[in-house]
Amino acid sequence: MSPEVSLREAYGHALVEMGKENPDIVVLDADLSKSTMTQYFAKEFPGRFFDCGIAEQNMMGIAAGLAASGKIPFASSFAVFVPGRCFDQIRMSIAYSRFNVKLVVTHGGISVGEDGVSNQSVEDLSLICSLPGLTVIVPADAIEAVQAVKAVAAYEGPCYVRLCRPKLPLVNDNDYHFNLGRAVTMRQGKDVTIIAIGTMVVAALEAANGLQQEGIDCGVLNMSTLKPLDEAAIIQVATSCGAIVTAEEHLEHGGLGSIVAQVVARHRPVPMEFVAIKDTYAESGKAGELLQKYGLTAKDIKQAVHTVLKRKLSASAT
Amino acid sequence: MPESGEGLKANLNIASGAKPLSVKDMEAIARKIRCHIIAMTGKAGSGHPGGSLSAVEIVTALYFGLLRHNPKDPHWPDRDRFILSKGHAAPLLYAALAECGYFPVEELSTLRQINSRLQGHTDRILTPGVEVSTGSLGQGLSFAVGVALAGRLNLQAYRVYVLLGDGECDEGQVWEAAMAASHFKVDNLVAIVDNNGLQIDGWNRDVMNLEPFNKKWQAFGWQVIDVDGNNLSELISAFNQAKSVKGQPTVVIAHTIKGKGVSFMENKVDFHGTAPTPAEVEIALKGLE
Ligand SMILES: Cc1ncc(C[n+]2csc(CCOP(=O)(O)OP(=O)(O)O)c2C)c(N)n1
Ligand SMILES: [Mg+2]
Repeated sequence: MSPEVSLREAYGHALVEMGKENPDIVVLDADLSKSTMTQYFAKEFPGRFFDCGIAEQNMMGIAAGLAASGKIPFASSFAVFVPGRCFDQIRMSIAYSRFNVKLVVTHGGISVGEDGVSNQSVEDLSLICSLPGLTVIVPADAIEAVQAVKAVAAYEGPCYVRLCRPKLPLVNDNDYHFNLGRAVTMRQGKDVTIIAIGTMVVAALEAANGLQQEGIDCGVLNMSTLKPLDEAAIIQVATSCGAIVTAEEHLEHGGLGSIVAQVVARHRPVPMEFVAIKDTYAESGKAGELLQKYGLTAKDIKQAVHTVLKRKLSASAT
Repeated sequence: MPESGEGLKANLNIASGAKPLSVKDMEAIARKIRCHIIAMTGKAGSGHPGGSLSAVEIVTALYFGLLRHNPKDPHWPDRDRFILSKGHAAPLLYAALAECGYFPVEELSTLRQINSRLQGHTDRILTPGVEVSTGSLGQGLSFAVGVALAGRLNLQAYRVYVLLGDGECDEGQVWEAAMAASHFKVDNLVAIVDNNGLQIDGWNRDVMNLEPFNKKWQAFGWQVIDVDGNNLSELISAFNQAKSVKGQPTVVIAHTIKGKGVSFMENKVDFHGTAPTPAEVEIALKGLE
């Protein structure tokens, strides 16, 4: 397995690099710069860094105001404190008003770990994807995180990028090229395809490797841009495989699974299974323990593949 | 696009640094704007006349006496900004923008109708001259702080004016923004509170007491100026006074009368969000002649 790299660290350094090239980039944080890693930018460009204190709703408005006069604001906090606490501020001052604000959040999902439910974010994608006009990206490793952050800086319009707390193994090569709005085929397969985001991409690849030993040819699609959605890529794997499993560190309701299912139901109905957190909150614990307890491991994905393949078989038998 | 009267010329003059309108001229414009508010909400059959009428002088003083702006170029980067945080007073802003020449005065009659550019609450994308979409109270001051900070970073000389309701100040976000404005020392920012004493469920003091209001702003680090908010001269001198305040933001607490100028609407909570009937429109317009 490749070395584990922090997406947050990568984000922090990317901000500094971008800040050197583009004087319009400004950064806001809400007393979490040491965790979101905006601290590096703060140190390098103190005049372009605004710590808003523990006042996230206000930070959203300030970011919108900075964007209104041509700045490119990156505003960061934990995922749970952004779409959740600031939903109406994002809706009115950023999305509906169409300001060029970049929300880059860290600590998505339950792999936040020991801090428990209050600091874990399991609803954010559902909330943020519901807003018209927002671009939503969930990178799968540090390489993709850096490129996604650069891509949103270059893109005109409000964006949300969700990073996780733990380091992740690299799933992309150094020559990887992120295309906003394009799913990434990590692996071709003809029996079934796992569509995954974020932390679950590495688990999906592990599952696919294991399934290969069992003679199952399993594809993996990294759906890093959740919005706008690469519908063609979904329709293509639905057509070629006839079975899909989605995997995400988020509630089953309203996230990747729901979004993909809508496309599948409309264009190419095939059996689907969903690896996600069921209708519940998690708890404190080590990241690995939580992912295991709440069904977000390679083993859970494999199980879902078996289930979906059974349904595929029985459907083709009738 | 038909250009509307004195307003347009006045604003182009201000943009080019010439002498602004006299208070007497502005009073005439204020009266016209009141008539538009009554006619628009009457025609629409809904809307918010009370809080639009209370702030007519505030908005008139700004658009016709103070702001450097250009209705022909709403996105002119160096324009002074006016941000309507209390977005339900949209009819007031629309009337002022139309009188300035941002869009035809005739368009005011489309307020709140399907396919209109004039939404029930302000929409930045649809309406020329609107800086941000509002209508969910409590958000405009945060936005204004960001605009003020950007002006400072960009070395632009524009000033930022933001109008809040007094009831709106119940929102916690207003005080988050108030704290941030003084922390960041944005002295190119002026907040105006339309202190008409009323919100929807009744008087501020009964719904949620704001007092000591003045002292709250002072404690948050703001320069506070109290004025009769229905008096153009007082408003203009307060806004000019604010220009010389350095290192802190200024709030103008504008003591106003909700429904001002229409006798049967004055201080009547029921006219917060109820449009006048056709008969009431007639009486109101007559009274404003
Ligand atoms: C967040 C939010 N809550 C509730 C409302 C509904 N609302 C519209 S106007 C209003 C009262 C506003 O009172 P005030 O700020 O004093 O305005 P004014 O008296 O100037 O009209 C309320 C509660 C809203 N628009 N936004
Ligand atoms: Mg009021």
